[in-house]
Amino acid sequence: MTTSPALQIEDLSLRIGSRQILDGVSLAAPPGEVTGLAGESGSGKTMTGMTVIGLQPPSARVTGSIRLGDRELVGLPEKELNRLRGNEIAVVFQDPTASLHPMLSIGSQLTDHMRYHLDLSRSDARARALELLEQVQVPEPANALKRYPHQFSGGQLQRIAIASALACEPRVLIADEPTTALDVTVQASILRLLRGLCDDLGLAMILITHDLGVMSAVADTITVMRAGQVVEHGPRADVIQRPQHDYTRSLIDALPDHQEAAGE
Amino acid sequence: MSDGLALDNVSVTYRQPGGRRLRAVHDVSLAIEPGEVVGLVGESGCGKSTLARAICGLESLSSGTASFEGHPITRLGLRRRPTPLLRAQMVFQNPYASLNPRRRIGAQLEDGRRIHPGRAPSVVELLDQVGLESSAAQRFPHEFSGGQRQRIAIARAVATGPDLLIGDEPIASLDASLQARIATLMRSVALDAGASLLFISHDLSVVRLIADRMVVMRAGEIVEAGPTEQVWSGPQQAYTKRLLAAIPKADGRGELPQLLP
Repeated sequence: MTTSPALQIEDLSLRIGSRQILDGVSLAAPPGEVTGLAGESGSGKTMTGMTVIGLQPPSARVTGSIRLGDRELVGLPEKELNRLRGNEIAVVFQDPTASLHPMLSIGSQLTDHMRYHLDLSRSDARARALELLEQVQVPEPANALKRYPHQFSGGQLQRIAIASALACEPRVLIADEPTTALDVTVQASILRLLRGLCDDLGLAMILITHDLGVMSAVADTITVMRAGQVVEHGPRADVIQRPQHDYTRSLIDALPDHQEAAGE
Repeated sequence: MSDGLALDNVSVTYRQPGGRRLRAVHDVSLAIEPGEVVGLVGESGCGKSTLARAICGLESLSSGTASFEGHPITRLGLRRRPTPLLRAQMVFQNPYASLNPRRRIGAQLEDGRRIHPGRAPSVVELLDQVGLESSAAQRFPHEFSGGQRQRIAIARAVATGPDLLIGDEPIASLDASLQARIATLMRSVALDAGASLLFISHDLSVVRLIADRMVVMRAGEIVEAGPTEQVWSGPQQAYTKRLLAAIPKADGRGELPQLLP
């Protein structure tokens, strides 16, 4: 692989009715790097991630370009998108209790898309699932395959959701608030896991989070969004220590560590 | 103490299949004074929600005593709860499950107001306090987003004119970037209504933002308690230190947070 970005978003805009949700977003996610996407509620960071995998609302009108390698994703028919989703681009969501099916065993949820995308036999898919669970450090992987989501803690479920996302060896992983539902101590271990996977597998990871602490811990570059636009982009240390834009500065000044008097 | 909430050596035990017993809360003593905002933090499984349920009479105590405004807290049965205990109100984690889907918002707020007639503000005022328009009263829960529903759940709790608001992970199921906003809203609404607030969360930074006093629980016991800034900047117990060290700092240095041993 070269250093050219695995995913390149250029001038991406999205409208729903008369509302402009995304307005000229540009972003590059190189392999082996964590590209952070920060911003407040409603800034369009999640919508950007969802548009990449073609999960924008049906009434949305999308213009601009999203390139995966040399393929253009905007305007791709649903059938071809289905071949990419879960295969070359995967997603980890905020709440693992909602992203896993409560009535299917971990084994069947982990192997289902592998059998579809990679055309594996039942036993090969199972072997791969075991390997994945080991990779994300779920204890007793063979036993875990037989169990159901409610038998795991939130942190273990998020590990399983990450294993499921990695199953088809995607080039791009979109992690949308992956640790927000977790305890800080569990969050620490999941962040280490994500960072390690990104380095070892050369994943291009897009990390969407409002938490600048999390951002500062794992992101290589940070893109700050506001009202559907990118307001600032740069290496992690520059954006957090020397923010150029007023909005970024206000976000950082609002952190408890940076303020003397909380204005409540 | 007859004011506010007083818990003395409270324990709650669950029976598990196979005759085992799980002591979820062990020998906890806690007092909340009127007008005070207390943040209760701890990892999942530490017993913080069980404690909240015990305060509302949703769990029976296996030992110890709990009283609210001088009245002993009894287990909620089929009968209506004694009037003084109605002044402790809970905001639950999931605003999708805590509102009746088949009744209009206005009617649900009126139910709350009926508990202490004349003490609570009008429905329009309540909605205004939590940042919703008065037209919301005519609508049903499914017409609102998760954050808006949690605002409604807070308004419903305040409609009763409470002396104590309890929030059991009230922000955990919300969109991440809304969490701090709803937490500060809950603080200001509780204090405006003259109530104290027990705010339970696994998110230490949000608790730091709103609580006057912070209580740290681990494995059913309180390990540390004190003024929020004091606990935050000078934790005494090794566990609290480790918990705080696990929070990633926004310093741009790219350091991964420490793992607990």
